[in-house]
Amino acid sequence: MKLRKTVAACTLAFAGLAGLSAPAQAQFSGDVIRIGIITDMSSVYADIDGPGGVEAVRMAIADMGGAINGKKIEVLSADHQNKPDVAATKAREWFDTQGLDMLIGGTNSGVNLAMAKVAAEKKRPFMVVGAATSALTNDQCTPYTLHWAYDTTALAKGTGAAVVKQGGKSWYFLTADYAFGHQLQADTTKVVEANGGKVVGSVRAPLNASDFSSFLLQAQGSKAQILGLANAGGDTINSIKAANEFGITKSMKLAGLLVFINDIHSLGLKTTQGMYLTDSWYWNQSQETRAWSRRFFEKMKRMPSSLQAADYSAATQYLAAVKATGTDDPEKVLAHLKKAKFNDIFMKGGYVRADGRVIHDMYLMQVKSPDKSTEPWDYYEVKQVFKGEEAWTTKADSKCPLWK
Amino acid sequence: MTEIFGIPIQAFLGQLMLGLVNGAFYAMLSLGLAVIFGLLDIVNFAHGALYMVGAFAAWIMLDKWGIGYWWSLLLAPLMVGTLGVLIERSFLKRLYGLDPLYGLLLTFGLSLILEGIFRDQYGVSGQSYSVPEELAGATNLGFMILPNYRAWVVLASVVVCLGTWWLIERTRLGAYLRAGTENAKLVQAFGVNVPMMVMLTYGAGAALAALAGVLAAPVIQVTPLMGSNLIIVVFAVVVIGGMGSILGSVVTGLGLGVIEGFTRVFYPEASSIVVFVIMAIVLVLRPAGLFGKET
Repeated sequence: MKLRKTVAACTLAFAGLAGLSAPAQAQFSGDVIRIGIITDMSSVYADIDGPGGVEAVRMAIADMGGAINGKKIEVLSADHQNKPDVAATKAREWFDTQGLDMLIGGTNSGVNLAMAKVAAEKKRPFMVVGAATSALTNDQCTPYTLHWAYDTTALAKGTGAAVVKQGGKSWYFLTADYAFGHQLQADTTKVVEANGGKVVGSVRAPLNASDFSSFLLQAQGSKAQILGLANAGGDTINSIKAANEFGITKSMKLAGLLVFINDIHSLGLKTTQGMYLTDSWYWNQSQETRAWSRRFFEKMKRMPSSLQAADYSAATQYLAAVKATGTDDPEKVLAHLKKAKFNDIFMKGGYVRADGRVIHDMYLMQVKSPDKSTEPWDYYEVKQVFKGEEAWTTKADSKCPLWK
Repeated sequence: MTEIFGIPIQAFLGQLMLGLVNGAFYAMLSLGLAVIFGLLDIVNFAHGALYMVGAFAAWIMLDKWGIGYWWSLLLAPLMVGTLGVLIERSFLKRLYGLDPLYGLLLTFGLSLILEGIFRDQYGVSGQSYSVPEELAGATNLGFMILPNYRAWVVLASVVVCLGTWWLIERTRLGAYLRAGTENAKLVQAFGVNVPMMVMLTYGAGAALAALAGVLAAPVIQVTPLMGSNLIIVVFAVVVIGGMGSILGSVVTGLGLGVIEGFTRVFYPEASSIVVFVIMAIVLVLRPAGLFGKET
């Protein structure tokens, strides 16, 4: 009896000591740091983010050494198939059963709006890379959403203003019929009208429509000067191709409001030369970006898009914050991120604004003509740099309660 | 300017023309599907994937060996037809006599595999395939500018559809095929090699899908997703026309192309679902389809 009591007492004492001497273990939930990325892996937006985005996150983890304070870093990935309910369910499952610490949002604005709600409910950081809608930091802002790469306001202020200043005063929109398309059309309309232009009409096409000839014919009938393409990915490619085929380009100029380097690669420089586009990053900007891009090319056999570079940046900055605070506790890491300055291959001097918008430079670029391109994927010429807060929503236009 | 339903007559005729072009595609694809179902009782979900493989075959032949469009029109269907024969021999043959659900699952699985392979290799942004020289340019019809290539597509589709219909309904070979599907044992007793006919029919259906793919390549980007985008609509077309009726699928394909075209003008947001709404209505009123035979 006495022996048992002694053993019990000793065990309790040891347990107490063990608990006291192991604060580090308790700081990392589940003893592992888990990053999740939910994006379009197989459909219309798969090339601009997709598996390449997951690879970029893996590169960030590898560059961090694969572990922080002895805790392994893991990445989970899933295909949302452009369905908000699939994404929300997956995000919820990961937060509840897989101990997910941070979620990266891939393409599709509608999907990201749904995931933002889940992340806010679960009180975990949600870094949006692929989605465009400015609503994520405006009327739908949350303390947990960080909008990393680009948004519809920046695209409108970039390409929209540039085209109007060039003389494109009357516009007709071909819009993808979901959250992203509507928001992009709305933001661009504001910019066009502010610069003295006029929107004469628009047509909404279902996402992933294979044939745009009918919509383009309606656009041509409007007699506008500019055809604004408020769509992305495969939709933009098919629209541009059909516009050339039907001779629309003879009477109207095309303004691709969201264009990625993969789209240019698919269409070729002959079809797209001279087109203006606004983007957050270009692989051929500097020595640093070139070096990183070639590493990406080794693995994926194509140059990274700005979204894939942003995936790398988001993961890197998150892991840096985890390292600095010594924990993956969401409140502490978010507090650190909101005070930090970001310097990596994606941006210099970036920071998080009160509404969750990550502020960095944006670039107005023009597609080169075939004779000026020196190597495959050498497609852009930087025409204008929008520094700091220039490209983003202003306080006057913001309805976010966090930014007053 | 005169107006019909609130839009100018120019625009109206333009949309009608475009609807016919799209309808021609639907007609050709649903033809292959109807042939396979009507004669073989197989719900061929791999049809969209075979269409995509046909387009890719044309692109690869041009990219790697410089084989042009006109040769591709002949070679791609032959290649995919052979693939179809292989599929029939190795997989489908084992499912005859079983619940049609097995055939559906098998062909669906095959389509996922084919799509996955091409997506892995080529990504989804697509490859450009340029319109052949002879068909480049456009004609001003007065009410719209019609690319010559699209006019060629309508012509080719009509010729192929009529040719296939004539082959099945008016020739001896067609008669054997039709008899073979009704009563295979009896026809075999007469000395006709029914398994060989079935195999070749599936191959021919696959070849038709590939031909549609080659015709489509210069119009839309050649991507691994092009088949799956189209196949659901084509199935709806075949169901509305009456599964097994070849004339039904052709007429319905053209008709639905035109209806879809008009929806794009009057209520574009609904243009991707209008075909299914019509399918629901037809199935309620005439379950066998518009041209199908009640069994």
